Amino acid sequence: MDQNISVTFPHVLIFFPLLAGLITFLFKKDAAVKSWALFSSIITLIVSLLSLYYANNKTLSGLDFNYEWLKHIGASFSVSLDGMGRILTLLTAISFPIIFVATYKNQYKNAPLFYGLLLLTQAGLMGVFVATDALIFYFFWELAIIPVYFLCSRWGGEKRIQATFKFFIYTFTGSLLMLVGIIYMYLHTTAIHDKAGLLISEHSFSMSYFYAVTLSAPEQNWLFWLFFIAFAVKMPVFPFHTWQPDTYEQSPSAVTMVLSGVMVKMGLLGVIRWLLPMFPLAVAKFDTIVIILSVTGIVYASLLAIRQDDLKRLVAYSSIAHIGLMCATIFTTKQIGLEGVMIQMFNHGINIIGLWIVIELIEKQLGVRKISQLGGVAHKAPTLTIMLVVIAFANIALPLTNAFVGEFMMFSGLFQFSICFAVVALVSIILAAVYTLNMVQKVFYGPSNSLTATMKEISVNEQIALSIVVVAIFLTGIYPQPLFDLTKDTVAEIITRFK
Amino acid sequence: MNAIIITAVWGIVMMFGGVFFKQKSKPKYWAITGLILAIIANVCELIKQHPFIDVNIKDMLSFNSFNLTFITVVLLCTLLLFLLNGRDIEKVGNNVSEYFALIFFVLCGVTIVATFNTLLTLFLGIEILSIPLYILTGSDKRNLKSNEAALKYFLMGAFSTGILLMGIAFLYGGSAGTPSFYISNINIGEGKMPVMIAIGLVLLLIAMLFKVSAAPFHFWAPDVYDGAPTVFTSFMATIVKAAGFIAFIRLFEYSFGNAQQQWQMLIAVVTAATLLIGNLSAVFQQSVKRMLAYSSIAQAGFMLLAIFALNEFAKEGIILYTAAYSLATIGLFAILIKMNDYTIDGFNGLAKQQPLLAFTATVFLLSLTGIPLTAGFQAKLYMLIAAVKDGHQNWLVIFAVLCAAISAYYYFKVIQAIYFKENNSTVNQDWDVTPAFKILLVITATLIIVLGIFPTIITDWLHY
Repeated sequence: MDQNISVTFPHVLIFFPLLAGLITFLFKKDAAVKSWALFSSIITLIVSLLSLYYANNKTLSGLDFNYEWLKHIGASFSVSLDGMGRILTLLTAISFPIIFVATYKNQYKNAPLFYGLLLLTQAGLMGVFVATDALIFYFFWELAIIPVYFLCSRWGGEKRIQATFKFFIYTFTGSLLMLVGIIYMYLHTTAIHDKAGLLISEHSFSMSYFYAVTLSAPEQNWLFWLFFIAFAVKMPVFPFHTWQPDTYEQSPSAVTMVLSGVMVKMGLLGVIRWLLPMFPLAVAKFDTIVIILSVTGIVYASLLAIRQDDLKRLVAYSSIAHIGLMCATIFTTKQIGLEGVMIQMFNHGINIIGLWIVIELIEKQLGVRKISQLGGVAHKAPTLTIMLVVIAFANIALPLTNAFVGEFMMFSGLFQFSICFAVVALVSIILAAVYTLNMVQKVFYGPSNSLTATMKEISVNEQIALSIVVVAIFLTGIYPQPLFDLTKDTVAEIITRFK
Repeated sequence: MNAIIITAVWGIVMMFGGVFFKQKSKPKYWAITGLILAIIANVCELIKQHPFIDVNIKDMLSFNSFNLTFITVVLLCTLLLFLLNGRDIEKVGNNVSEYFALIFFVLCGVTIVATFNTLLTLFLGIEILSIPLYILTGSDKRNLKSNEAALKYFLMGAFSTGILLMGIAFLYGGSAGTPSFYISNINIGEGKMPVMIAIGLVLLLIAMLFKVSAAPFHFWAPDVYDGAPTVFTSFMATIVKAAGFIAFIRLFEYSFGNAQQQWQMLIAVVTAATLLIGNLSAVFQQSVKRMLAYSSIAQAGFMLLAIFALNEFAKEGIILYTAAYSLATIGLFAILIKMNDYTIDGFNGLAKQQPLLAFTATVFLLSLTGIPLTAGFQAKLYMLIAAVKDGHQNWLVIFAVLCAAISAYYYFKVIQAIYFKENNSTVNQDWDVTPAFKILLVITATLIIVLGIFPTIITDWLHY
């Protein structure tokens, strides 16, 4: 039992935002709080980038860490960074500075509380992405929601309380079901012994112990659904998605960006890291059902997105469609598809945050976000328009943008699984083009009205935020290889399990 | 043993002290002193495994680290109650000293109920515990609701005592060998149960279910908890209820443990019914006090999982549950007592007026919901592990977590009122909160979070 107490990257990624968030509560002045939040999120980003650099440097130990937390029940504070963990912590680390910069001019009542809770959310998300102990995973899984609940209910739109409550009850129910699954798995793990062979605990919450459990097919079948519902609510997959448009619409923009850009990845990560390796038999049995649900969701959400007049709801439905595609591809368990999902998780986060920033800009300046009330913004704000067009192209997955590579690979995976599903899902690309270009055309081109005539060009901080997004779109669109290299190990691990 | 002696003696001291105490605020300090003495004595016994005075009790009571840890938790929670709400006990009526004396007698009953070894001491313990409670429930003499609650409680309690006695009689008469009241002698085997024993078991089960307010014997609970003065509701809903569970576990483990297969289904159904009724009724309550009464039934449903499973996790868990649930509920009641308006709307805008109270109330509510990082989560986790480990009724576990999801609904309604709603009432609330009260609330909230991260603080004592 060697307690290797050294501070490692995953720890800094969790505890620095946590500490920074707690410190934020002590601030009195709003201006200072903003700078502090931005500053601390940039430090987190630097740590995250450093962890990438050391990714290929195997000699540097200290990426895994194990602290005997609740020894007698076999739970330990074990965190580790694998390829998927790195890419998602990087996404979390990048998003927060972008969000802080983009909303720098916004005035939030009780700013210290607002930024503090946001940083706590970041800590919770990091925890989910690096946890390799089921109990720790569950801890962070729940803890990431609590600050979001308060953020949305306090600073959101008119119907915020009901919308957020619905969101909370949905996810809480899902995660409690997952808890039962975790406990069932836990009680089937083998005992932990220390080096001298003495019994430490009869069971273990450790991920490697969970992977080693062999369950019969009927057991896998019902456990599969316990876990899947929790993840499906979070992603969200049709028909568990009904909380999502309301919550996205009602949340303050900064929180919507976190929710849609980063938090939905919790569900995807859960499926890849926990569900697939633990229940291979059940996955083989239910993969068609899940893919049918996802593909239905893709088409359904895309059709709804076409009909939306509210910009926020449009992006919300578009997000359901994109996530649905990722979920469907994961369940094909094809290598090329999974590789696509890995980079698409990152790219989707960047793109959707870009879209939200643009919507936030329009709403802040004009006070409306109905497509029917807008038009001709391009005349007044050409820079914004150029940025938006790039992001919109990325949303439709045009070549040269980041989403192209990912979606292409995902469709290849889906195609290998079943031509039929691939064809139906491909329709979503056309539908995505319809609603995205329609939105661009109606909002930014065409005649301007009295309202949009007052539109001004975007300010410096917004330019910075959007430029980062646009650069990221092109960078990973033209040269996605680093992202593939990073996530090779995770994909290989899953593929070996399904051979 | 130490705790029984000290609580009994101090009860008498408080009772007669009433003659000598001139100021109304005096008894409180005496009571706190006595309680601290009892805690110290009890912890000494826990560490040394030996009481100060050796009394030959003919093995009618047994003390081990499990019992003693439970008694320590209960005494500490009572101390917290005294410290938080000492002044509110003074406000109930004129006979302050008597109230404290009665609480000490209840505590004496609790210690007996937690350590009994024969059915007779169980009966004695339950009576010692119940009779003072009837009086405390009706202590708000000029309040009709309080009177009604006391009468209702007394009648129902008397009934359940009768049933308990009858069950004991059946067990005594039905035992195969020499008749005996010792629970280890009653120990029935796995085989088919004789009719007399089966009847005895069911009668005892009913009596115990009544004491822990489990469905379908829960009807007294909401009215009694609602009618009693809030300080005593806080005491009854937490400490006394937990004592009932300890007795329940002890009785069923030693006497009927081997026949678990035969009664387990019955408990499973009762647990499901309690969870469902408690949670669904709590959803519709407008008064927070009444909501907490129903929520205490719902929480009892979760604690029943321990009796359903009866394994190591269950026993560790029930103590953790006692601590987690008592701390949160006592804290919440302490805040509620300070409010003028007991409805959920009364909590509107609390965050603006009293940020600290609002924050601690939120921690308590999150703990009751079972959010990670709070003691309530660990307690629920232990209960669920215990129930899944048993392995026979997995539907019950899933049912339990779905009910826990319902509970999030009504607990979060209060959180919503506290943080997200504006206070529209024109009545200005005068806040009778001292800095000491606030500090204590913060300490309670901290304890809940510390227990949520390191539940081992309590559970390690069991392996002492």
